[in-house]
Amino acid sequence: MNNWNKQIADMLADGTVALVIGYEEGSTPQKTRPLFCHDAVAAERLVMDGRCTHNLAVYLTKKELLPAEGRIGVVATVNVLKSALQLMQENQIPEGRFLLMAVGPEGKLTELPDAESLRQYIAAHPLPDNPEVAALIEKIDAMSREERWAYWQECLSKCVKCYACRAACPLCYCTRCIVEDNRPQWILPWASTLPNIEWQINRVMHMAGRCTGCGACYAACPLHLPIHLLTKKLTQEINREFGTERPAKGNVLSTFSPDDKENFIH
Amino acid sequence: MKNYQIKHSDLDGWLEKIIAAGRRVIAPVTEEGHTDFRPIHSPAEVAADDQVQTIQSAKQAAFPKAETLFSYRKEGTAVSLDQPAPESYLQTVVWRARPCDAAGFTPLSAIFNWDYKDNLYNARLARTTLVAFSCQQADAYCFCTSVGGGPGEKKGCDILVTKLPSGKALVEVCTEKGEALAALAPGLFSEANAVADDSPLFAEKQSALAQLPARFSKEDIRRHLAEAFDSPVWREQSERCLGCGACAFVCPTCACFDIQEDPHGSHGRRIRCWDSCAFALFTQHTSGHNPRPSQATRWRQRILHKFSYMPERLDATGCTGCGRCSRACPVDMNLLEHLTSIAQK
Repeated sequence: MNNWNKQIADMLADGTVALVIGYEEGSTPQKTRPLFCHDAVAAERLVMDGRCTHNLAVYLTKKELLPAEGRIGVVATVNVLKSALQLMQENQIPEGRFLLMAVGPEGKLTELPDAESLRQYIAAHPLPDNPEVAALIEKIDAMSREERWAYWQECLSKCVKCYACRAACPLCYCTRCIVEDNRPQWILPWASTLPNIEWQINRVMHMAGRCTGCGACYAACPLHLPIHLLTKKLTQEINREFGTERPAKGNVLSTFSPDDKENFIH
Repeated sequence: MKNYQIKHSDLDGWLEKIIAAGRRVIAPVTEEGHTDFRPIHSPAEVAADDQVQTIQSAKQAAFPKAETLFSYRKEGTAVSLDQPAPESYLQTVVWRARPCDAAGFTPLSAIFNWDYKDNLYNARLARTTLVAFSCQQADAYCFCTSVGGGPGEKKGCDILVTKLPSGKALVEVCTEKGEALAALAPGLFSEANAVADDSPLFAEKQSALAQLPARFSKEDIRRHLAEAFDSPVWREQSERCLGCGACAFVCPTCACFDIQEDPHGSHGRRIRCWDSCAFALFTQHTSGHNPRPSQATRWRQRILHKFSYMPERLDATGCTGCGRCSRACPVDMNLLEHLTSIAQK
């Protein structure tokens, strides 16, 4: 057992945390999967390496899975930390309820107990841009409006509306999603090209300025549709219009500042 | 029914004849490294025969993800209804399905003919010919042999093709629909013997099939499930489940659907579309009460429906062991692993 596994086993044994969410070996050697550790024995199964790509922050707003009392530990990747911080900024999870932990290259466990420590850790561990994603966005940007429309029609015609993209996203936490509203029926609920496009437009608009770019939506899509390009592109647009700084509470499109350039503020 | 032999190199020629005969042909196609069923217009579009599975099952041939049940128009006080004519459904060939795809139509047909006979499903299936190819490889998610199937199983197939090491392929015709397809290219086939259990041809077929020992039996699972309704196993297994519909939508036997309205003032359509028991909304009552209030209860429903309720009520198992749900699951919910652990409890 690694030293950090032992540390986490001890935390579970002495009641520092009531539950730890992390990763374990998956069905094939190529993959890992989320693991809920309720006791010290289960902590032996925890792993952390480059295969750990699920965004565990998705579980932090699922009350049915979390013990009512006690702190909950999360063995987190940088992407999980970014989403957890965003959830705190949107008042979805209280600071202190979760003990986020990062595992360093030497197996050193770093505890990140509050939003400020998360901010510092994330700033010190910037994630490289994915060149494949950038290249795909450039390719689509270079298309004519008609070609682009044809590209997304062809792509999204395949969508079966399983909503794995929604289910895997830590920031898709609404208890009643717009696709489930039927008075009025904002979005046609069956899977065909136009309703599929309507769904993705709504999804990415709701993500604008909030998406942390983890790619969980794309990783979850059973059909491997490149829907993360939409959120990534919208993040680029938000950065261009509003800068890359994000407010400490709320988010770009739901907050205002007296310094905003729009004249209706004044 | 007859058996034939055809050279491996003539399979494309046969497919060409099928396409030329005006059938809609759905076959595995590889795009960006991922293989799924798509309509094709030439044998060249078909993916190389080196992958275990397509992402989705072949069920869409008879049970599409969305279809019009009827359309309506209101003029004054008169309402006219227009139902799609089954004759308008295209004659479809599913090329290079797998035996587990073919097996899926048995439980699907049981569901769609349980009490009400579903004309749309039945009409589409009557116009669908399944050309399955025996599996020469299996992966970590396959378990057909644990649920009564096999890599060379004919049940549900119209034709089963097994590529033999000799360079020939054994073509086992199982239905009239299958015979009609073979008849499109008579010059390419030569008659073969029956595949009796002790014949050299049987041995040759067996030698060409993936080896997949059974891990449990349907009966084991059913016996354990009879006592398992209140077991903690459902919560343990489903903790990581995200509650999406990926498993249900790629499944060859999941048949749950929703009925939706596409209204446009005085005219519109009523539509049937795929739904999933993994969604909370699936059982949400108007009152706000939900009889399956947690993902654990929804996961339990998925397993009990397939392995307990369907065998009991329909004499069919709601699983062909294809493993698609496990491959598609974003959080690696591995059905084989979960069932094995239930069978060993």
